[in-house]
Amino acid sequence: MRRKRMLEDLDKDIREHIEAETLENIERGMSPEEARYAALRKFGNVTRVKEETREVWTFLWLELLREDIRFSFRMMRKSPGVTAIAVVTVALAIGANAVVFSVLNALILRPLDVPHPESLYTIEHWRDKSLALSYPDYLDLRDHNRSFDGLAAYNGTQAGLDTGGNPARAFVDEVTGNYFDVFGIQPYLGRFIHASDEHGPNSAPYIVLNYAYWHNHFQDDRGVIGRTVQLNKHPFTIVGVAPPGFHGPVLFFTQDFFVPIVNQEQVEGQNSLNARGSPSLFMTIGHLKAGVTPQQAIGDLNSIGSYLEKTYPQADAKLRFGLARPSLFGDFSGPATRAFLTALMLLAGLILLAACANLGSLFTARAADRTRERAMRLALGASRGRILRGLLTEALLTSFIGGALGLWAGAALLSGLSVWQPVPKFPVQMAVYPDAHVYAVALLLTLISGLLFGAAPVRQVLHTYPYQIIRSGSISTGRPITVRDLLLVAQIAICAVLITSSMVAVRGLMRSLNGRFGFEPRNTMLMDTDLAMAGYRGDRVPAMQKRMMEAMQTIPGITSVGFADRTPLNGTLRRSMVFTDKTTDLRPSNAAANVIEYSVSPGYFGAATTAMLSGRTFTWHDDTNAPRVAVINQEFGREVFGSITNTTGKHCQLQDGTRVEVVGMAENGKYQTLTEDPEPAIFFPILQSPSSSTTLLARSNLDPAQLAAAIRSKLHGLDSGLPSFIQTWNKGLGVALFAPRMATISLGVLGVMGVMLSMTGIFGIAAYSVSRRLKELGIRMALGAQRKDVLQAALGRVFKLLAFGSAAGLLLGILASQVLASIVYQATPRDPLVLAAVVLSMASLGLLATWIPAQRALSVHPLTLLREE
Amino acid sequence: MSTKQQKERVDLLQGTLDLLILRTLVLGPAHGHAIAKAIEFKSDEVLHVEQGSLYPALHRLIKRKWISVEEGTSENHRRAKFYRLTAEGRRRLTVETSKWDKLAGAIARILGRVEQEGQS
Repeated sequence: MRRKRMLEDLDKDIREHIEAETLENIERGMSPEEARYAALRKFGNVTRVKEETREVWTFLWLELLREDIRFSFRMMRKSPGVTAIAVVTVALAIGANAVVFSVLNALILRPLDVPHPESLYTIEHWRDKSLALSYPDYLDLRDHNRSFDGLAAYNGTQAGLDTGGNPARAFVDEVTGNYFDVFGIQPYLGRFIHASDEHGPNSAPYIVLNYAYWHNHFQDDRGVIGRTVQLNKHPFTIVGVAPPGFHGPVLFFTQDFFVPIVNQEQVEGQNSLNARGSPSLFMTIGHLKAGVTPQQAIGDLNSIGSYLEKTYPQADAKLRFGLARPSLFGDFSGPATRAFLTALMLLAGLILLAACANLGSLFTARAADRTRERAMRLALGASRGRILRGLLTEALLTSFIGGALGLWAGAALLSGLSVWQPVPKFPVQMAVYPDAHVYAVALLLTLISGLLFGAAPVRQVLHTYPYQIIRSGSISTGRPITVRDLLLVAQIAICAVLITSSMVAVRGLMRSLNGRFGFEPRNTMLMDTDLAMAGYRGDRVPAMQKRMMEAMQTIPGITSVGFADRTPLNGTLRRSMVFTDKTTDLRPSNAAANVIEYSVSPGYFGAATTAMLSGRTFTWHDDTNAPRVAVINQEFGREVFGSITNTTGKHCQLQDGTRVEVVGMAENGKYQTLTEDPEPAIFFPILQSPSSSTTLLARSNLDPAQLAAAIRSKLHGLDSGLPSFIQTWNKGLGVALFAPRMATISLGVLGVMGVMLSMTGIFGIAAYSVSRRLKELGIRMALGAQRKDVLQAALGRVFKLLAFGSAAGLLLGILASQVLASIVYQATPRDPLVLAAVVLSMASLGLLATWIPAQRALSVHPLTLLREE
Repeated sequence: MSTKQQKERVDLLQGTLDLLILRTLVLGPAHGHAIAKAIEFKSDEVLHVEQGSLYPALHRLIKRKWISVEEGTSENHRRAKFYRLTAEGRRRLTVETSKWDKLAGAIARILGRVEQEGQS
């Protein structure tokens, strides 16, 4: 920089000055020493001179900057409407980019926070990219492979933790002994579980706490190490706390604590450690050895796989493996997540670009307004550079204010997103807090966009010739159809598409909440319990379940009670093969149907308000001593018996050969998603098909909070050590409504972006068009034109663009809603309310955006204009 | 410097030094010491210029692009920085000089009136 070079030379300059003066003094006859002192005296304080000179540069630079900023602020205050629109536009665009980039950064760019994440892989099945393995298969892979530095595995489940009179459900990761050593991490407190702790089933009753769980539930108490707590009524010792930020290899899952998988029986009530045929492990991970390529490792694993196929032909059919990155749950959801986030980032980038284009035309319009002022300044000797810098300062200032606002709102949104648990039943959580990268990117984007839209009027400024302008007023550069027009039409169309589809989605969502699902979710409370968490076994389980149901029936205001192993639409599903009575070879390919199974108590159909079409429901006599019976739905009857009448008394077979008699038929329902086609379902009596984990349904008109409290206290009276989870059925449908809700929210957010873009776009063009034709409008007015004619002349073109774009967008939106119907139940664009709302929104959007320019056009006073000329 | 000397000399008004430098450089490029000497010499040593204060002023003028710098050789064959008036600086000098003349004229008129009033 020039400034630096100038200052570097200053020392030399001063030295030479003093030497020259000294020489002169010597020539006058002074002694050299005397001469030097005189010269120094004459020069003055050298240090102060240097300081003052340095100040000249800093001060002048600051001075000019301050002047520019003050001038910009004055300009911005002069037109608050334009400034507000510009700032909000930048805020939304930068905010959107910051949020999307932060998520992208957290899920894709940032490596897993463990040592050497680059060599960490998960084993997946080659064919369906699923990750589940059985424990015995895992042991064989772990012990016989030559490619990994240790293979660890884990499975997630829920269990009841009691740290002293407060039983609560907790998310538990059952991990293999080598789990923490495979990751190569160190405990924050205490110790980890190691392979040396495993000595057979239930031999290692140890707990390692997740750091956040320790922080929230144990208030950072370092004394927890060594404490004994009750896990499902079994004593476990807390041995350590994992380091902050560590929550296993999958980014969007977390857990409350870790226990050794050898204790599975105590944690889950049953153990599948010897079941080679049941793939119960959630994920298997390990570091590749140095120098081993993924290809070599896959070959190694496959050779073990074919050995297992030969040795255990029934359990292990087709064991072919692949390797994938663990952080997004392998190739099962990784590529889709990556593609989705990349697309979202591109979209956000496009939104920012479009916003810059619109703001560019806004700034050009303003630059056009100030043509005369600029010409005057140029004539008075201001340099073009100085004027450009003023314009750019204004753009950058707008951009930075907007960027700061956007980033602030984005950071707030991200913090909310990071603690959000969309599905209370599963430990889903994503830490997407913005980090330094996010702030840097936001800053850079803000700077770039400020420069981009600030540079839009540059050409105009460079071509300002004072003489010409002061003589003739502004120059008009009219072209028939500009790129800017096309861009605007495209933006309006996209905006209309988004508004249409988000309204269709909202209407569909509203309708689906009042729809018919084969049960009635309103006025019903759900209570999830798992008796295994309180140590119930065998016959004590159904006895306790019956007691709970009877206790709830005594609560005044509760009209009907029932329970089931799970409720429909709760996000989980159990399916099995059903065979006709005549089938002798019970191979999967001979199955009559793949049906959804439920185990329900007597009274369930009443409590769920599922209509019985024929036959009977269950009683407490349908127990293990009675013949096996079942209730089927209509679709089951149609698929298996080919009829929905006279099915009562018919038999079907289950996969294990059990014959079941159909005793009743219930209406069809929705079981997995609201948009699914009718699915066959079968209901078994809970006594013949028991489950320790159940959901109790209590129907009542009582206030939900009051009802929940009553249920909780009743349960506490029965067993104070049994953790429960109580919520309304409408809340419980959250899982099923998750996808349509997310679709609606994202469409809504995009709709807001679309509205914002169209607004600035329309505003920019309208303002430009008015300011360019101000003189013409003045003349029209002077010649007696009506307000309508003036508006027509000034904004007719803009309205034409708006109408054209809206119509195109509405049509496209109706087409797009066909796609939407597969996500949102009952989404249909053939809804007069939706169509009216879209037209209304687009019209009011246009009205709002053209309000300021229209006012300006109407307030043109011919006399003032003529006088100015 | 004696007190007597100081009384006879006039301290510079702010911004005047800039004008003096510009005026000196009209005659051609010069290095720092030469400019100081010239101002001292031309004003018959009435104007009190602390030589050091020349440098902040020179840099201010460079910053405003009224003068430019180039390397050159001084009369005693040393390498030195030469300051040269730019076109902008020349324009500026005209503007400032006419401003100064007006100011000086106005002040002279006011002071003259005072003198006359005092005489009458």
